Amino acid sequence: MSSLTGTGALARLAARRDRVMLPVWIYVLTIFVVSTGYSFKHLYKTPASREAITAGIAHDPATLAIAGPVYGSSAGALTAYKIGAACAVLAALMSIFIVIRHTRADEEAGRLELVGSTGVGRNAALAVGVLIAAAANAAAAALITAGAAAVGLPAGGAAALGLAIGCTGLLFAAVAAVAAQLSGTARGARSIGICALIVAYLMMSAGAAAGTSGGLRWVLWASPLGWASEVRPFTGDRWLVLILPLAASAAVAAVSAALAARRDLDAGLVPPRRGRANASRLLRGPLAPLGLAWRLQRAGLAGWAAGAAVFAAAFGSIAGSIGSMLGSSPAVRTAIARLGGQPAITDGYLAAMMTLLGVVVAGYAVSVVLRLRSDETADREQLLLATAAGRLSWVGSQLLVAGAGAAVVLGTAGLAAGLASGVRAGDPGTAVPRLIGAAFAQLPAVLVVAGVAAALFGLLPRSCVAAGWTALGLAAALVVLGPTLRLSQWAQDISPFTHVPRLPGGSFTAEPLAWLSAAAAVLAAAGLLGLRRRDIG
Amino acid sequence: MTEVIAVAGLRKSYGTTVALDGLDLSVAEGEVHGFLGPNGSGKTTTIRILLGLLRADGGSVTLLGGDPWRAATALHRRLAYVPGDVTLWPNLTGGEIIGLLGRLRGGMVAKRVAGLLDRFELDPTKKAREYSKGNRQKVALISALAADAELLILDEPTAGLDPLMEAVFRECIEDEARAGRTVLLSSHILSEVEALCQGVTIIRAGRTVESGTLAGLRHLTRTSITADVARRPDGLDRLPGVHDLDVQDFAGAGAGGAGARVRCEVDTGNLGEVLRRLADAGVLSMVSQPPTLEELFLRHYAAPGRGLPGNAMEGVPA
Repeated sequence: MSSLTGTGALARLAARRDRVMLPVWIYVLTIFVVSTGYSFKHLYKTPASREAITAGIAHDPATLAIAGPVYGSSAGALTAYKIGAACAVLAALMSIFIVIRHTRADEEAGRLELVGSTGVGRNAALAVGVLIAAAANAAAAALITAGAAAVGLPAGGAAALGLAIGCTGLLFAAVAAVAAQLSGTARGARSIGICALIVAYLMMSAGAAAGTSGGLRWVLWASPLGWASEVRPFTGDRWLVLILPLAASAAVAAVSAALAARRDLDAGLVPPRRGRANASRLLRGPLAPLGLAWRLQRAGLAGWAAGAAVFAAAFGSIAGSIGSMLGSSPAVRTAIARLGGQPAITDGYLAAMMTLLGVVVAGYAVSVVLRLRSDETADREQLLLATAAGRLSWVGSQLLVAGAGAAVVLGTAGLAAGLASGVRAGDPGTAVPRLIGAAFAQLPAVLVVAGVAAALFGLLPRSCVAAGWTALGLAAALVVLGPTLRLSQWAQDISPFTHVPRLPGGSFTAEPLAWLSAAAAVLAAAGLLGLRRRDIG
Repeated sequence: MTEVIAVAGLRKSYGTTVALDGLDLSVAEGEVHGFLGPNGSGKTTTIRILLGLLRADGGSVTLLGGDPWRAATALHRRLAYVPGDVTLWPNLTGGEIIGLLGRLRGGMVAKRVAGLLDRFELDPTKKAREYSKGNRQKVALISALAADAELLILDEPTAGLDPLMEAVFRECIEDEARAGRTVLLSSHILSEVEALCQGVTIIRAGRTVESGTLAGLRHLTRTSITADVARRPDGLDRLPGVHDLDVQDFAGAGAGGAGARVRCEVDTGNLGEVLRRLADAGVLSMVSQPPTLEELFLRHYAAPGRGLPGNAMEGVPA
């Protein structure tokens, strides 16, 4: 019996299990590209208007760092610039979730043990995860090609964009297959995959912000997300670049198969450790529910703080040299002057990065709040609630850890950005407090998003996970894409991040922050009240 | 004697699914009470209402003299609970979880924890994700048994334990009963309920179908009799309460040289008359088996939809 026996049957099962989730992912990916292509085709009809945005973007490292490099001024090139990197990230996330779901998550839940006792080969589940992810990415690539061509973009460029996104997704399916061998838990494996994706994004971001002539340009070529942009859809369609992700996928997938052959069922390559025989003072103290929430979240918090610090140090260290990276042609000099000179460009870039940081930290806070729901569905909270710990102390502790944790992550990131940019500029004394302040300004908006998740958990527990992440996605999309897509102001105002003062550089007003904090408090209170009245489980 | 748990006419629906349909349950102080019912009959829903996790749609519930929905945390200081399917925080050790739950219940005896860890042979330094189902159950059991609780609510607590550990569990529950604690034991293992419980409540489809002391319930069941008699007994088939009668003549080596073997099931209330007839026929040897809880259980569940008495003690239709 080969190690792949039964792959076909398992793949049918996996396709059946994913019959709702996969079409949704693929639909979202396609609709992003199609709607962006449509807006560029219809909102910016004249070549002159498009050249104006391209010139604005090409000289603004802040914008380049968020979405990647821009290579032309056609509607297609602007579409590829605006949505290409975002879709590549989404395709990578889709692949990570699919692969882990069919490999490590099934193994952890014991389902693979049952399946493995039947006529199914040792590596069949791994192959199924990668196959399903590959099929999903192929489908997404085909639909993106068809959709982009349908709104009137050149077919060749549409295919290049679709394949650039699909190949990135495929590579991260292979990365997730390795992650599933390394960690003994699905959660850990997903974290490894997402960390790899964040590193790839940061490298793409730094390389793109460096501009075409900057010394850091090579970093772009070290990142799979950079490869996707270097295919240059609609402006050259460099098909040969696609060999990079395809070859890397094959190599990484081979590594995962080799690792899988070296381990036992249920084991990760990182062995489990022994722990304490007694509860620490923290868990036996008067605030035991809070102690538990902290004990459960501290490792995750440390990881997030470290990741945010690396991210912030990266953007902080390139912030000062951003103007000089743009070259010294007269056109560039006028553009820089129009944007407010070198310091204003640096500040604008840092402020854009702070918004991005706020969105990422909101993701952390939402994940901590929604942990409540996964504890509830796993009946883990039952043991707790059958003791003298009430519902409010259970949920209140978790919300407190989510809020305080978000503040810690923001503060760490602000400190790292301040140190990195300050040391480069020779003035850390000014930069550190300035950037810590800018990072903390995001906290009220982060708390609003976490508050929405908490309110959903109390009032609509069944749909709170999907709805909570949707709320975060909406808040992020409105603030990041709103201005380019020329959404009306009231639509952009829905996102709490729109109301945060643009710091550093912008004028600071406390009023919107006070309103955001009040909204967060009201949302959390609504969640707690809802929880008091509803059934648990 | 005071009632520790008093439930009457309890109702709970999830949308159109009726989980509890007028359930009654009464547990006296100091009693070990068995709570039986097939899968999906509403045992766990009842327990979750008793713990204030679910809100009842109708009926009355009193736990330790209070309302479990309103006074949940105050009541929880006085009870300990072991869920049927124990899920723990995967990255905490067993020892940490026992300490945490003890603290949250408002105190436990450290010396007792050490003794219980020893008796149940549990390694408290392992992370919960490494424990098997049985070991997870031990974590919940040890923390419950170490608590100074007036009431123990146990939802199928031995489903994952091996026979040795099940014996340890029985000893522990007997100790608890001697100490005057009240225990509500939901279980599928009927021998366990027979060995430990004084009172039993049997539910089906969200209703109580039998309730009372184990001794009292035995009256509702049949005793099986196998007797060799000297000659065919008269009129056994016409007696009320005699079921599955089978009489076979045999040529024996006894005094008469022949006789008959009688096999039948007798409603416990009619046992006297049957024995008189058998004695008249000259009993050579006889084996009788008392009714087991299993038979009681099977009679209620083997044929769904038939013979569902509304009132608990009315008796079982023949």
